Amino acid sequence: MPSLFQQIQAGKLWDFHGGVHPPTRKAQTAHKPIGLLPLPDRLYIPLRQHIGVAGHLLVSAGQRVLKGQPLTSADNSMAVPVHAPTSGTITAIGEHTSAHPSALPETTITLIPDGLDEWRQQHPLNLSSSDNLTLLERIQESGIAGMGGAGFPAHLKAGLTQPVDYLIINAVECEPYISADDALIQEGAITIVKGIDILCKLLNPKAVLVGIEDDKPLASAALKAACSQRDHYYVRDVPTKYPSGGEKQLIQLLTNKEVPAGRRPIDIGIVMLNVGTAFAIAQAVLDDHPLLSRIVTVTGETLSQPQNVLALIGTPVSDLLTFCGYQQQKNYKVIMGGPMMGFSLPDLAVPIIKTTNCILAPSEHELPPPGKETDCIRCSACADACPASLLPQQLLWYSKAKDPAKLAEYNLFDCIECGACAYVCPSEIPLVQYYRVAKAEIREQQREAVKAEQAKARFEARNARLEREKQQRMARNQQLAEAREQAQQTGGNSNAVAAALARIKAKQAEQTAVPAEREQILAERAAKKQQAREYQAAKAADSQQSDSAPALATATHQAAASSAPPASEPATVAPTGAKNAAVAAAIARAKAKKAAQAQAEQQEKVVAAEQTKQPEAIEAAPQQAETDPRKAAIAAAIARAKAKKQADSEKS
Amino acid sequence: MSFKIASSPHNRISRSTSEIMLLVVVACIPGIAVQALLFGYGVLIQLVLAISTAWLAEALIMRLRAKPALSRLKDHSALLTGVLLAISIPPYAPWWLIVIGTFFAIVIVKQLYGGLGNNLFNPAMAAYVMLLIAFPLQMTQWLPSVSLQAESLNVLDAVCAVFTQYSCSGFSISQLQSGIDGVSMATPLDTLRTDLAAGLTLTESMQQPVFYGIAGAGWLWVNLAYLAGGLMLIKLRVISWRIPVAVLGSLFLISTLSWLAAADSNPSPLFQLFSGATMLAAFFIATDPVSASTTDKGRILYGVLIGFMIFIIRKYGGYPDGVAFAVLLANMTVPLIDYYTRPRTYGHKARGADK
Ligand code: SF4
Ligand code: SF4
Repeated sequence: MPSLFQQIQAGKLWDFHGGVHPPTRKAQTAHKPIGLLPLPDRLYIPLRQHIGVAGHLLVSAGQRVLKGQPLTSADNSMAVPVHAPTSGTITAIGEHTSAHPSALPETTITLIPDGLDEWRQQHPLNLSSSDNLTLLERIQESGIAGMGGAGFPAHLKAGLTQPVDYLIINAVECEPYISADDALIQEGAITIVKGIDILCKLLNPKAVLVGIEDDKPLASAALKAACSQRDHYYVRDVPTKYPSGGEKQLIQLLTNKEVPAGRRPIDIGIVMLNVGTAFAIAQAVLDDHPLLSRIVTVTGETLSQPQNVLALIGTPVSDLLTFCGYQQQKNYKVIMGGPMMGFSLPDLAVPIIKTTNCILAPSEHELPPPGKETDCIRCSACADACPASLLPQQLLWYSKAKDPAKLAEYNLFDCIECGACAYVCPSEIPLVQYYRVAKAEIREQQREAVKAEQAKARFEARNARLEREKQQRMARNQQLAEAREQAQQTGGNSNAVAAALARIKAKQAEQTAVPAEREQILAERAAKKQQAREYQAAKAADSQQSDSAPALATATHQAAASSAPPASEPATVAPTGAKNAAVAAAIARAKAKKAAQAQAEQQEKVVAAEQTKQPEAIEAAPQQAETDPRKAAIAAAIARAKAKKQADSEKS
Repeated sequence: MSFKIASSPHNRISRSTSEIMLLVVVACIPGIAVQALLFGYGVLIQLVLAISTAWLAEALIMRLRAKPALSRLKDHSALLTGVLLAISIPPYAPWWLIVIGTFFAIVIVKQLYGGLGNNLFNPAMAAYVMLLIAFPLQMTQWLPSVSLQAESLNVLDAVCAVFTQYSCSGFSISQLQSGIDGVSMATPLDTLRTDLAAGLTLTESMQQPVFYGIAGAGWLWVNLAYLAGGLMLIKLRVISWRIPVAVLGSLFLISTLSWLAAADSNPSPLFQLFSGATMLAAFFIATDPVSASTTDKGRILYGVLIGFMIFIIRKYGGYPDGVAFAVLLANMTVPLIDYYTRPRTYGHKARGADK
C-alpha cells in the first residue's frame, strides 16, 4: 500500500460527500482581459477588512497621504493595517455602510485621490537575505488578509510554527460566476509561484499542493508552467463541483484528510492559502507593494460588459457597476460575492474590500427571487448535497422546534453555510437562513447563560454576606437576651430595683466609655465583632453536640456575663479590656430597651427593627444613652428605625 | 435607493416538489397503460375516481385548516396518492371502495398526521391495507387478464362494472372473474399460495392458465412497464437508486435461496420479481420520500426490510400480496433506522468511536 504522500505524488485525488453543480456562468468574464478602472472620485477604506481587530489609526482628517502609506498600524498580532490605495487627502474618518452581510456602519476613512498616484518610499526585500521574522513583519505590515473571502490575517498562517506537511494553495473558485482568481492566475502565475516560494521559506512544507478546478484549463496550464521548475509543487485539477473550494473540502479532495471538528488544518499538518494571497505576499515582499487593489469579477445580466476589473480597495461598488455598463432593474438585488454564499447589498456606496471577489448584478430572470417555501417532503436531496454530511432536514426540523440540544447532536455548528442544501431543496426552504437564525439564537443563549451564571454567583455572594450579617445580629440578640436574664437573676424578684441598678451601672459604664478615646470605641467594635464570631463558632459547634452542650455553653456565657458588674467600675473597665466594656454596653442597651418596653407600646415593631438593623446603628445608641435611660431608649428606638430604613433601602 | 435584501444562496436548482411529484405520476403512465390493456379499462375508471376524490379531500381539509387550497393542490402530492391507490386495487372493485380508500389516505393518513411531510405511513398503502381488512372480498376481486376473460368488457361495461358490479350485459363480477374454462380465477400470486397450501407442487400449480408466461399472464408486462418507469425516475434523479435496488436485491436473494432449497414449494426468483406489485412497490411506493428513510445507509436497510417482508408475507401471509404490509411495517421502523444510520459528520469520529 503506497503511503499517502506517494499517492498524492502519483496524482491521486479523493472526493468529498455531496456537493452540487450549479451552472458556472464564468465564460462571460473568464477570458476577457482584466479591466482597468479609472481612478474613483473617492475611496471608502474601512479600518477593519479582515478577521481580527482594526489597527490603530495613524492619520487624521485633512491629512495628505501617499500611495501605500499605512493608515493604521499593525500594533498587535490580530491587527492588519490598511493603506492609502493612491495618494490624496483624507477628508473624513467616520461611519460608512460596511461590506458585511449585516451592513452595519463601520469606521471608514474617506480618501479623495489627487490623481498623482504618488508612492511612498518603497523598500523591496531580497528573499534569500531576509530572515523569517522580517518576512512575516513585511506580510503583516502590507495588510494582507486571506483574499479568498474569509479574510484571515496571512501573517498568522505564514507564521505558524508547527510542522507543516502540505501547503495547499487554493485556486478553486467554486462559486458560480466568479473568475477573479482565474484571471489573476492567467496574468500573474509567475508572481504567484514567487509568493509560494516565500511561503515555503516560512513554513517549510513537505509538498505544495495547488488545487484548481478543471474548468479553468488556461489558468491551470499557466500555473503548471510556472511551477515546472519546482519539484515539490504539485498542481492538481480537481473536478468542478461546488463547494470544492471550501477549505475543508479541498483538504479532503487533495489529501483525503479531514480537519477534526473544532480544530484547525494546522493540527493535521496543513496550511491553506488562497492564490490571491500568495500573489499579494510576493508583491509585498519583493516589490514592497502593500495590498492596495484586487481583482473583482463584475458580472450579471444587468451589465453590458461583464468583466474582471482591477479595483483599488475602497472603490464604491457603484463605480465598478457603472464601468461595466450597469442597467439597473427595478432595484433588483446586487450581490457581493457569489450566488451561493454572497450577500445582497443595501446600497451601492459599499466599498470593495480585501475579501471582495465578485460583484454580481443579476437580472430578475437570471437569479429569480426565492419562491414560496413549502413543506419539507423529506426527500433528503439536501442531505445528499451536504458537503459536511449533515442532515439538513433534521436540522431544519430542530431549528423550527428551537431545540438546541438536538441541534448540537446533529452538529449544527459544523454547517459551513455553503448553501448546497437550500440550492437543491425542491420545497424552496431557505435552509441556510434557518440555520443562521438558529446559530445566532444558540450563541445568544450561551451568552445569556454566561451572564446568568455570573449573576447567580453575585447573588449567592450577596446572600452569603446577608446570612453572615444575620448570624452576627442573632449572636448579639442572644447576648442581649442573656444579659437581660442575668439582670433579672441578680436583681432577685424585684424588676424595678434591678432595672434601677442596671441603669446606674449602665450610666457608669457609658460614662467611662464615652470620654474614652476614639480608639477605645473602635476597639470595642472590634471586640464585638470578635465576640460575634466566637459566638457563631460556638453555635456551630453547639448545633453538632448533644442537648446538654448548649446548656453548658449558655452557662459559660452566663459566667462571662456575670463578670460584667465589676466592669461597671471605671477603674476596671480599661484594664479588663474592651470585651468587658462591650458587655457592659450591651447590658446598658438591654436596660434601655427594657425601659423602652415599659414605656413604648411599639415593642414588637422595635423587635422587628432590631432584627434588621445594622450593627453600626446600634453602636450609636450607647453613645447617646448617657443623658437619660428613657431618652436613650427613645434614641435607640429611633436609631433602630433608621437602621431598619437603611437596611430596607439597601435591600431594595 | 434601496435594494432587495435576500439570503444566500441566491440561486436554486429548478425542480420543485410539485415537479417531482408530477414526474413520478408521469413515470407511472407506462405501467398504467399496460395494466389497462391487459386487465381492462377498469383501472382508468378507478384512476378518475381516485384523483377526483383526492383533490376534493385535500381541498376540503385545506378549507378546514383555513389555508389556500389551490397552492396545496399544485404540489401534486394528493394526485400521486390517488394514482398509487387506484393502480393497486382490483380494476373492477366497486366505486365506493376507491372513494373511501382515497379519502382515508388523504384525510386520515396524511392530513391528520400534520399534512405533507409529516405522515409516518405511506398514505396509499395505509389506505390499501385498511380496505383490505375492512372489505376483503372486494379487494381480492381481481379479474383475469383480458386474454383469459371469458367475457371481454368494453369501456361502457367497465363503467357499469365499477358502479354497479354488473357489466352492461348483466354479468356479475364473480361471473366475470371466471376464466374461459369457467373456473374462478384469482391473481397468480393468490392462486399459487392457495395451491401450495393445498399441497400441490409448484409445477402442478403452474399448469393453470393464469400462469401463462413467467410470472402469470399479464403480470410480467405490467411489472416490466413499471420497471421502465422506475428506471426513468432514477435516470432523472427523482428517486435514489438505493431503495429500489435494496428492495429488489433482497427479494431476489431470499427467493433464490428458498427456491434453490426447495424448488417445488417456492416460486422462482423471477416469478417473485415480476408478479404482483413488486416493481410498483420498489420504484414508486417504497421510494415515497415522506415515509421512507432519509439517510443513505438507512435507505438500503429500509429497502432490504421491505424486500424480505414481501417475501415472507407472500409465503406465509393470508393476503394476495405482501407489498402494502411490507411497506407499512418498514414505515414504522423509519424513525429508528434514521436515528441509527445518521451519517458521520465531516471532522467527527464515527458514532460509537468517540464514546
Ligand atoms: S449549508 Fe450547511 S447544511 Fe447546508 S449543505 Fe452546506 S454545510 Fe450542509
Ligand atoms: S431538500 Fe428540502 S424538502 Fe427535501 S428533505 Fe431537504 S429540506 Fe426537506
